[in-house]
Formats: sequence, structure tokens, C-alpha cells
Amino acid sequence: MSTTSMNGAEMVIKSLVDQGVEVIFGYPGGAVLPIYDALFQQNRIRHILVRHEQGAVHAAEGYARSTGKPGVVLVTSGPGATNAVTGLTDALMDSIPIVCLTGQVPTHLIGNDAFQECDTTGITRPCTKHNYLVKDVNRLSKTLHEAFYVATTGRPGPVVVDIPKDVQFGVGDYTAPNGKQAHKTYRPQVKPERARIDAAVDMLLSAKKPIVYAGGGVINSGPAASQLLGEFVRMTNFPCTLTLMGLGAFPAKEPQFLGMLGMHGTYEANWAMHDCDVMLCIGARFDDRITGKLDDFSPNSRKIHIDIDPSSINKNVAVELPIIGDCGYALEDLIKVMRSRHTKPDEKALAEWWEQIDEWRAKKCLEFDKSDEVIKPQHAIRRLYEMTRDKGDEVYITTEVGQHQMWAAQHFDFHKPNRWMTSGGLGTMGYGLPAAVGVQLGHPDALVVDIAGEASTLMNIQELSTAVQYRLPIKVFILNNKYMGMVRQWQELLHGSRYSESYSEALPDFVKLAEAYGLKGLRATTPDELDGMIEEMLAHDGPVLCDIAVDPTENCYPMIPSGAAHNDMLLGPVSDGQEAIGKEGKMLV
Amino acid sequence: MAKSGTVGQPGAAYTFESGEKPVRRHTFAVIVDNEPGVLARVIGLFAGRGYNIESLTVSTVTEDEEVSRINIVTTGTEMVIEQIKAQLQRLVPVHNVHDLTLEGPHVEKELALVKVTAKDHNRRESLRIADIYHAQVSDTTLESFVFLIHGSPDKVDSFIELMDALGGVEVARSGVVAISRGSKITPI
Repeated sequence: MSTTSMNGAEMVIKSLVDQGVEVIFGYPGGAVLPIYDALFQQNRIRHILVRHEQGAVHAAEGYARSTGKPGVVLVTSGPGATNAVTGLTDALMDSIPIVCLTGQVPTHLIGNDAFQECDTTGITRPCTKHNYLVKDVNRLSKTLHEAFYVATTGRPGPVVVDIPKDVQFGVGDYTAPNGKQAHKTYRPQVKPERARIDAAVDMLLSAKKPIVYAGGGVINSGPAASQLLGEFVRMTNFPCTLTLMGLGAFPAKEPQFLGMLGMHGTYEANWAMHDCDVMLCIGARFDDRITGKLDDFSPNSRKIHIDIDPSSINKNVAVELPIIGDCGYALEDLIKVMRSRHTKPDEKALAEWWEQIDEWRAKKCLEFDKSDEVIKPQHAIRRLYEMTRDKGDEVYITTEVGQHQMWAAQHFDFHKPNRWMTSGGLGTMGYGLPAAVGVQLGHPDALVVDIAGEASTLMNIQELSTAVQYRLPIKVFILNNKYMGMVRQWQELLHGSRYSESYSEALPDFVKLAEAYGLKGLRATTPDELDGMIEEMLAHDGPVLCDIAVDPTENCYPMIPSGAAHNDMLLGPVSDGQEAIGKEGKMLV
Repeated sequence: MAKSGTVGQPGAAYTFESGEKPVRRHTFAVIVDNEPGVLARVIGLFAGRGYNIESLTVSTVTEDEEVSRINIVTTGTEMVIEQIKAQLQRLVPVHNVHDLTLEGPHVEKELALVKVTAKDHNRRESLRIADIYHAQVSDTTLESFVFLIHGSPDKVDSFIELMDALGGVEVARSGVVAISRGSKITPI
């Protein structure tokens, strides 16, 4: 362990370099000026100037999710830190490794209501995995290394390091990172217990109607875990469904894939979850969007739950066999033990199970009414998928939040992990555009498309300016229905179609807006203009914003209404006089 | 009642029944790094997730003052208690969490200072009761006593109840400290 003397701001840069950081997203301000000065005098770290601190965190999330490396954010004190809070909460809910450095007023002013002071560690305590206030420059480098360790170890998450300005100016000893375990006690369990793997294999081999339900944990574990998941599913021929966060962990093109499950999941995935007799949950957390009504959630199954976070176990759903550990290790062991057994899955039972699943599949729940007059949003996404398919793995999709997000999840097929960036847990409108900026920085030659809604994208529209500044050729694919579509859909289903404040009266002209920001603006208003517009979008080597006028009344189906069970799905609009959602369901979100 | 395989946990978005599962009282010992904000993390977790705190005590327990022990008495259904333990364990500065109620026999003690204002007969009665409870007199004036009492929370409760019947009462209670019985030393 070597130590060198330098000032705090230089230590920040040195720590980032030693942690292998190449890009950081930030916005300067009074309390981080020394760090910005140190940034100015070096060329190892590339700083991306965002236009709002929330955008910085989402961009770092996009970078992290698409590269597997931690995303790094640098913001100032007070408003800089509070603006980052939404992004930090988003990263916490979706388990994204983020290290966020915040400036703070000098230590002697802390607590004095100084200019641009806020209690950053107090405010961010519940929305980070961990946070630090560094009051001694000699603790700074160790704390920064610890922050990277905590953010990326176990269940990943955001970590804030609050650095007062006098600590940035102060001179002290820099300590280089010393291997892996930078925290003295934090050691999450990553290797599963062998006896539990054996028990899981027993259970899986006895299954007549098994299902694999995998989530974002598989993606977080690294690409090897997705490989292993594929191997396991192909080996057993068990049906596999993925959560919103898990899309890409198993290739959508393979026959065992049932599609996404949950509130807007496929008919076959939800029915298979409901009727299965053994459920293998890998890196997912029985979230309320997945389970629907808890009392009727998969009532006749025995459940195996693999999760790196013990607090995910038995939180919503009681499971028979919890396995604590990293999905990758667990899948590796499962495959190994399964191979070593003489018994194989019950082929006859499995064939019957697949027959049943094929019946559900025959419903073709994702079909939608085609139209020659108006662009159906689902059609626009399908065309985007079909017209970019030849680019293979080099297509990265981010989304905002709402109907377009669910349609993208349903109609865009993902075959590889880390290609799909969306705000799942927190449901943050305005996530997709800055996330696309981050993804493009991680993958300069890839095609990065933000499938957006016009309302969501306006929440962080200023990041177009960032894309233009750094010549990032992101494509913003706005499905413009002039409504906050998901709000409108719920108002239709729950509140007698009283569309309270969900219609945007004064939308900007998005093409002119794009031009004002200095990027290309394109528009399609009829189905026959769509393909040409997508072609033009793909042909342009700079950033493009597309305004696609889609059917304003289209609703997102299939849907499990709130308070209903998996086998109680709506495949399309309910007929007049029928209630889609019961009184109790209305209470829920 | 929830069907098998699912649980009716208060606060879960899709659960309509609540409060039907038996609520139990558990005593936890939480070993943490003695660093700024650690108590706020623990308390914030209880507040943020809607768990109860009946009593909470905290103090450093090592000579170098690097490690603190937080004793928490809480109530909840079995699932909630399991969640509390897992959520506490998830905090980065938490070394380990012991559910003393589950882990076996343990000693639970509490200390209280009880000020009683009473005259004449009641004043003499308060002294007599204090004697029965092995409470010590820590301060006295002509119309008041401050008693120091320690013991199980039940014993302290009952002492305060009796004193309350005799005159004006002011109470300062420490909260529960607890430790497992037997020779085994809990690792920190």
C-alpha cells in the first residue's frame, strides 16, 4: 500500500483513475470547484457535462447498466445534491452501481445553513445503499475506494461521498486501492450453500409443471450468468419468463421463452406462473407488478428463490427454499448438480405442460388491431425492431416510463443482456434520454435508441443539448399520443374516463425543438411515412429526434388489473358496463 | 387469512387483510460500526419501513470505541420480524444482528429513575414499596424521592404504576439492554 501526498481534489481524480473510471457525468458548482480544477489539469478522466443533475445520475445508470461498470457522478452541494436524489433512488430500486460525489460547504460551515448547504448524507441516507461525509482529507482516498467496493459488491446500488470544500483543498496522504475488500466488515454471501442447491435440484426434478422466473439480478451478475441461464433452460427445456429488469437475460427468440410476466406481461407467462407446481425464481424479487394479488399468486407451487440479498427472501411471498448467493454461482452449481444426477426431468409431464402453454400462446395476446390511417404505437416499435435486427447485438434500447415502455418491453425482442435500460422499480419519467447519453458513451459505435413518450421525454429534454455537445448519435423515438398514456389508461379503467390533467394542451413542435437544440428532427404522422422516417433516422450519423404521431386512444394490453390475480388478465378493452377494476383494486397503485 | 404460499403482510400493495397474524415481541442486539449516522440509519430504516420500536438503547461496547451495540425491542408478525433482521443486516455498517428472542434464553434488564412527590402516609408507603422492589433512593427532599430501580421491564412497569398511585411521578427509563445467557460470547 503506497501513500503519496496531494490535495483532496487531486485525490478524487487519482482514486477514480485507480478505480478504472473513464467517464464521469457531472455539473460544476461552488462547492466542487477544486475538483473541477483538478479535472481541468488532467486527461485520464473524461467529464460529460449534463444539463441537470438528475440527468447526470440517469446517464451514469445507462452507462453502468450497459457496460457492467459502475457509473460515476460529480455534482455540487445543495441543489446539485438534491437534484440527484431522484436518480439515486432510481439506482437503488433497480440495483445499479453508482458512485456519486457531492461537494459540500466547508466543514466549519456545516450546520450553519450556509449558501447551497443541505444535509446531503441525511437526505440521501434512505435513497442510497450507503453514504459518507468525509471530514478528514487523510480518510478521503480510502473512503472513495470503499465507496466503489460497496457500490459494486453484493446487491449493487448507489453510494454517495459528500466532500466538503476544505477537504478538497486540504493536503494529505493518498492511499492506493489494495485489492478487493475495501470495507472491513461488509462481505455479502455470493456462494450458495451446496445442500440447498441439492434440495433445489430434487425439487426441480420432481416438477411436473416447472417455470423459471428470472430478473435483473441475472443481468447484474454479469454476462456469464445470462449464458448459464440459457444453458440451464435449454438443458431442462423448462419454460422461462423474465421480469422487466431481466429482459435480455434469456434470448427472446428461443422456444422456451414465454415473454415478460407481470401486469403487462404475456398471457402465457402469467398463466404458467399461476398454474406451475415448482417455481425457480432467479434474481427477481416478487415485486407487486409481478405478483398481482398476493393471496392468489401461484397458489399451488413450491418456490425456490435465489437472491444475493437476504432481505428479498420472504418479503412478499413465502418461499419453501431460499438460496442466498450470486445468480451466476447458483446457476453454475445448479447445472453441475443437475448434470451429475441420473434422473432427468419428467419428459412426459413436461410435454403435457408445454402443450398447455402452447394453448395459452395460441391466444396471441400481443396482437393489436392494425390500421392504415393511424400509426399504432406497437407497430412503430415492431418496425423499429425489424428494421434494426440486422445490426444484431449492437442495438441498445432505453425507455422513459409509461405505455411506450411496456409496449417496448412487449414488442422489442432482446437476445443479449445489457441491451435494455429502463426504470423499473421507481418508474422515473425522464430516465430514457439521459440514460441513452450514458449508453452511447459506453458504446460509441452502437445504435442507441430511446423509445419515449412525449410527456416523459419532456421531463429531461435538456439533455438533448448534452448529446449534441458530445456528438452522441442517440435516437429519440417519441411515440407521441399527446397524453400521459398510462395515466389516461388508468383514468379510463378506474375513473370513468375522466381524463384529469393527463392531456398535454401545449406540446412543443418536436421537430423545431430538435432543430433548436441542433439535432435532426423527423416526423411521421401516417403509417406509410413510418418506415421512411425510421430509415432516415438510422441513416443519419448524428443525434435524431423523431416525433411519431400515434393513436392517442390506444391502451396497453394484456393487463392484470390492480388487485387481480395472474389468471384474471384483461386481453383487450372491457365491454361497456363491466368493471375492469374492483373497488379494492382502486385503492392500489 | 392468506392462503398457503402467500402472506398477508401489512403494507404490501396487494394485500387486503391485515393484522390477523399474531404479533410478537422480539429483542434484537445489533452490532454496528460506531460511525456518524449509524443510529440514524437504523432508526430511519424502522421509520421508513413502518416497523415498531418499543425501546432502543445504544452505546459503544469496545475499548477502542469502534463498535457499538444497539438493543432494540420491536413487535411484529413472524414475517415482519424476519424482514427487520434481514433489513438491519443489509446496512453496510452493521456487523451482525442477533434476534435474542429466537436465539435462546437471555437476560433483559432496564434501569429507571422515578421521582415521586408524596407527603405523610404516602411518602412512607413509597419508601416501603421501594424497599420491596430493591429500589435505591438517589435523591430526596422533604416532599419527594428519586428512586433508582432496575430489573425486567415488567418489574419497572409495575413499580411505576404503584408509585403513580401515591403522588406525582416523573420517569426516566433507559430502555432495555439484553444479553444471551450462558458462557458463549457474541462475536462483534
